Amino acid sequence: MEIVTEVPTSKAPPEIRPDGAKIASSGVEVFYGDKQALKAVNLDINENEVTALIGPSGCGKSTYLRCLNRMNDTIESCRVEGQILLDGEDIYSKQIDPVQLRARVGMVFQKPNPFPKSIFDNVAYGPKIHGLVRDKTDLEEIVINSLEKAGLIGEVRDRLNEPGTGLSGGQQQRLCIARAIAVQPEVILMDEPCSALDPIATAKIEELMDELRENYTMVIVTHSMQQAARVSQRTAFFHLGEVVEVDETSQIFTNPTDERTQGYITGRFG
Amino acid sequence: MNNGTASIAAGDRQPSAIAETVKSGLRRRHASEVRLKIYGLMAIGFALVALFILLLSVISKGYSAFQQTHINLEVYFDAEKIDPGGTRKIEDLRRGDYEGVARTAIRSAFPDAKGRRDRRALGKMLSTGAADNLRRMVLSNPKIIGTRRHVWLLASDELDMLNKGYAKRNPDGSATKVSGKQVTWFDALAKKGAVERQFNWRFLTGGDSREPEQAGIWGAVVGSGLTMIVTLLLAFPVGVMAAIYLEEFAPKNRWTDLIEVNINNLAAVPSIVFGLLGLAVFLGFFGLPRSAPLIGGMVLALMTLPTLIIAARAALKAVPPSIREAAYGLGASRVQVVMHHVLPLSMPGILTGTIIGMAQALGETAPLLMVGMVAFIVDVPSGITDAATVLPVQVYIWADSPERAFEEKTAAAIMVLLAFLILMNAIAIILRKKFERRW
Repeated sequence: MEIVTEVPTSKAPPEIRPDGAKIASSGVEVFYGDKQALKAVNLDINENEVTALIGPSGCGKSTYLRCLNRMNDTIESCRVEGQILLDGEDIYSKQIDPVQLRARVGMVFQKPNPFPKSIFDNVAYGPKIHGLVRDKTDLEEIVINSLEKAGLIGEVRDRLNEPGTGLSGGQQQRLCIARAIAVQPEVILMDEPCSALDPIATAKIEELMDELRENYTMVIVTHSMQQAARVSQRTAFFHLGEVVEVDETSQIFTNPTDERTQGYITGRFG
Repeated sequence: MNNGTASIAAGDRQPSAIAETVKSGLRRRHASEVRLKIYGLMAIGFALVALFILLLSVISKGYSAFQQTHINLEVYFDAEKIDPGGTRKIEDLRRGDYEGVARTAIRSAFPDAKGRRDRRALGKMLSTGAADNLRRMVLSNPKIIGTRRHVWLLASDELDMLNKGYAKRNPDGSATKVSGKQVTWFDALAKKGAVERQFNWRFLTGGDSREPEQAGIWGAVVGSGLTMIVTLLLAFPVGVMAAIYLEEFAPKNRWTDLIEVNINNLAAVPSIVFGLLGLAVFLGFFGLPRSAPLIGGMVLALMTLPTLIIAARAALKAVPPSIREAAYGLGASRVQVVMHHVLPLSMPGILTGTIIGMAQALGETAPLLMVGMVAFIVDVPSGITDAATVLPVQVYIWADSPERAFEEKTAAAIMVLLAFLILMNAIAIILRKKFERRW
């Protein structure tokens, strides 16, 4: 836990953010070939909060999430317009290397996707490629710490050298979270992290998100409105490539201003 | 009332009618399943029988080549013939008339044969290899000059055939390629216990020869080995790199489509065309040495490349995108994603493609004929620029030779070729298992 409190201090002081948001996006439009997937999205993500993105399938919430660490760059036909500022810096500017950006903005995917390597190597991979460690003891410390933060260490302490793919689905997903936080990112993006898990594993991950919120800014895409309500502080409702409504989670779920939001959360469509 | 019961009955019958229809079709479905299974078993059975017959015919023809007939004779190491100058120098000893020594030995075993023709026929019963054997004995121990010793000498291939029962004995006492007198002498020797089939080390360790009893496969084995090494060293890195570029880095446009079509077409080009290319470019334009494993390897590498690239691309494509996403998501660069994850994961598939390509290259004859690897080469090659031949070409050369004794050598060479293939595949499979175990 000491490491956790050290992380922010070890980094440069946050830059001036006029509006106080960790990530500020304005006029974000995404095209897949000729098809427009996002239309003029303006959305701010606050620091040390969980922001949930909800909406029916195909509404663009995952697309938006993948803009935040430029994962869309790997798709050839994808084009992103508009501006996304991370700590006031445009992440789509020429000066920003997506490799460096992804070290600052980690990601956890829908399906648990551990590397077919040992549990240790899974977590150690990120720090290794970024050169964050000087020697083996350093690396071991980071791995153990990350597994501890991901609430997995108790279950895997004796079998760090066994393949990560041998774990259960929920454990695999927590391993993926440990792998993401081993790089000590500032933001963690989660794309439906619990959709492939059973309720007990889901509960564990949700609990974990709540703990991680202290030190990380998190954005989660979810299909479960209950989950959004449980874990997030702010919620954005996406519909047909647009952000219909963004507000405090409690506000969205109890008193939405837009009719479409109301329709979605009450289960009238989606 | 009637209506009511009818409708109830109909209502009752409705589901059972569906079950009835399903049931009536079940037999047909099961029958087709059984039929399919039988077809499959028949196909496998046919393949196994064909393989068995192939192996049986090759082995039954070839196993005898691993033994060669030798004749035990008392040899007088005549100083007059071996070292007429009396210098006892190695150079002079090497030049001695060992054929004369061998001839004298067999003539003295049959002192009754007096006429010139008989004496010549006696001399012909020994192989020219017998003289080489005597020379080796003298060179390793010059002190035996002037002594008499019993030595096992290599018999001629005609006698070998007679001894192995391949030469037909005629009613008049002669046999195929062996005169009546020779048969008598041979039988006399055999009766004395002076004829023996010994393990044919020369076949496994020597180079080719015009004389079947002296012909060896080792030159072709080394030639094949060197050629395969050149092929692997050229085709594997180039093929894998090309596949990685096309699969991971190249933009999808008309040019890459064109390249892909071309690679697929190259895989179907007859192999002799690659030989012509090697002849024109490597030999004609660059003036590289003829008959060398280097050139053979280069030609076979060109031939193997398309197969390897196609297999490697398929293996790279089969790596689940989730692994790439995971690595990209952690901030791995493109090269790191490929080198750390995609390539190791696809390695078993790539190795499978390599096995197929190399097996193809090992059995290839046509393109090598074009670059001169069909030459008659006695010496075992010691490097990739020495003149050499390869196993399938050796099989081809021997199969083309008129002597009956080359028939068993051909079959034996095929056995060696198959053993080489099995060894090569075994290595690749072990490597593949190793890569698979790592994750």
